Amino acid sequence: MTLLLVAAGAAFGAPARFLTDLVVAHYAGRHLPWGTLAVNVFGSGLAVFLAVALASPGWTALLVTGFCGGLTTYSTLSYETLRLVEDGRWKHALANVAANLAGGLAAGLIGFALAHLITG
Amino acid sequence: MLRAVSASALAAVAVGGAIGASARYGLTVALPSEPGSFDLATFTANTAGGLLIGALMIAITEVAPGTRLVRPFLGVGVLGGFTTFSTYIVDIGRAADAGATFLAVAYAFATMAAALLAAAIGMVATRRLVVRRRRGDETA
Repeated sequence: MTLLLVAAGAAFGAPARFLTDLVVAHYAGRHLPWGTLAVNVFGSGLAVFLAVALASPGWTALLVTGFCGGLTTYSTLSYETLRLVEDGRWKHALANVAANLAGGLAAGLIGFALAHLITG
Repeated sequence: MLRAVSASALAAVAVGGAIGASARYGLTVALPSEPGSFDLATFTANTAGGLLIGALMIAITEVAPGTRLVRPFLGVGVLGGFTTFSTYIVDIGRAADAGATFLAVAYAFATMAAALLAAAIGMVATRRLVVRRRRGDETA
């Protein structure tokens, strides 16, 4: 049952990432991987918020493990960072990793604070 | 811009994402960890996913492009769903919240280093394999 909830959540999370990347790339271009940064930062904040706010294991499986897990990605982050390294753009590669980590953590802190504000 | 997105590509991403996330969930069942301890399952998924995306992207960009749906299904879907950045952040937050600052920092950097190294190995190994096979074809 938990497996089905995780799969169902990811069946929406992964296409949401795919579409977000297309929209972000349309406006920001593909010189830097802004789309992956956007989903990873937003998805991290949402995941922390939901992990704290949700009490039911079923909802957590569907929305945190499934949807947010499918919305965010480590594989594309790794590949896009290495593409920057291969192009000799070391500073951009380092900045990409740092931005994902710092952005994800900052969004997580906001999610944490909001969840505690709501749940008391 | 989104009108150019085909329904089949979107479906491939959705199905692939469900498969990848199911495999990730399977890993968390196989390698359980207490909240606030080193999450070996997520670490493994993110590292293995790095190795596989490196191999896949070299295979489809430098060897043979394959069909139109290979990248949406395997790359964006399966591997994107298998790996996760949000759980990684939740893990770091849980460890920090539990006062295990060293664990939080070690996990954060260990994952980042291992995933990048694995992806680099996947790319280099696939290139070498292809170069060797092509040389073999020429001498045959």
